[in-house]
Amino acid sequence: MPSKSDLLDLQFIDARHKFIDLAAFLDRIDRHPGDSDFRIEAMKNALSILLSDRPDRARAVLEALSDQTMEPIPQATIQGAFGAPIPAAR
Amino acid sequence: MRYIEPHAHMVSRTTDDYEKLALTGCEAVCEPAFWAGFDRSSAEGFHDYFRQLTEYEPRRAAKFGIKHFSWLCINPKEADDPGFAREVMSLFPEFLKSPTVLGIGEIGLNKNTRNEIMIFEEHVQIALDHDLPILIHTPHLEDKLKGTRLTLEALANFSKLDRGKVIIDHVEEHTVSQVLDAGYWAGMTLYPHSKCSLDRAIDILEIHGPERLWMNSACDWGISDPLAIPKCALQMKARSHDRAAIERVIYQNPQTFLSQSPRFVL
Repeated sequence: MPSKSDLLDLQFIDARHKFIDLAAFLDRIDRHPGDSDFRIEAMKNALSILLSDRPDRARAVLEALSDQTMEPIPQATIQGAFGAPIPAAR
Repeated sequence: MRYIEPHAHMVSRTTDDYEKLALTGCEAVCEPAFWAGFDRSSAEGFHDYFRQLTEYEPRRAAKFGIKHFSWLCINPKEADDPGFAREVMSLFPEFLKSPTVLGIGEIGLNKNTRNEIMIFEEHVQIALDHDLPILIHTPHLEDKLKGTRLTLEALANFSKLDRGKVIIDHVEEHTVSQVLDAGYWAGMTLYPHSKCSLDRAIDILEIHGPERLWMNSACDWGISDPLAIPKCALQMKARSHDRAAIERVIYQNPQTFLSQSPRFVL
């Protein structure tokens, strides 16, 4: 199994790139006109998970961006998905 | 290195992709029936699609020395109208006789509706009636967690179901444990922008072990990569996984699951 150092050598630059890209995305959203919406709020709420020490941050982020209800819906109104649950579904 | 692509929608890919698959060591491609990027307007549209899956694609793959197998169903995106879904399902007996059809799939849920669940359960019953393996799609993005829970809840009602003959696909970090703990196989889909990245799939392998896990590209009409499996194998190598561990997940595991259909012969 590779060490922390091995993995950092292999992947830190890529992770850094994605990290900065996320920061730039948030800047871009702030800079442009219009209202915030549930997707950006869901993402901002999930950011705190990254700072925690839990060993399953990826799982926790996915759960934070998931519809947590359990009842089937009567009918589909769209075929696609948004990436974050619409507030009424939370 | 040899591998099996257990989930690819080749009807949406060019012949160049078959060549690339062959050049990278792909020995077999399995194609679940799914949405083609738009809704078909009639059952006849599905009849043509099933002919493409069972007649044309095996011939196209054979030109590159690749075996092509398929799965039959009406996918959940087009299954919210039960009358239409049942009309399509009435076509199954003709195509289940095809020597390259492995089972029922990819069935499942899309927006987690009551009708989707009803048609999903009817598909499971067809698979049970014909003693066929089942390949299950789980919903996208925010719908996946709920869809996986509802799927597992529905499957639990089938007391005669052999869970070892069922693979639940597109698992991610928040759904993989539920699927494996319930005794089913789990598929990790290496798909850009949604589903698993190469490294996240390898993380899941490292955390959960290789038992009852496979990986696939699910390459289709969207932005996707038919070479995702060999690229993931390369990344596994970079992360110090040995040849045997790589071969297990990209060849032996899919071979083990798929060989539960007597038609899966390489």
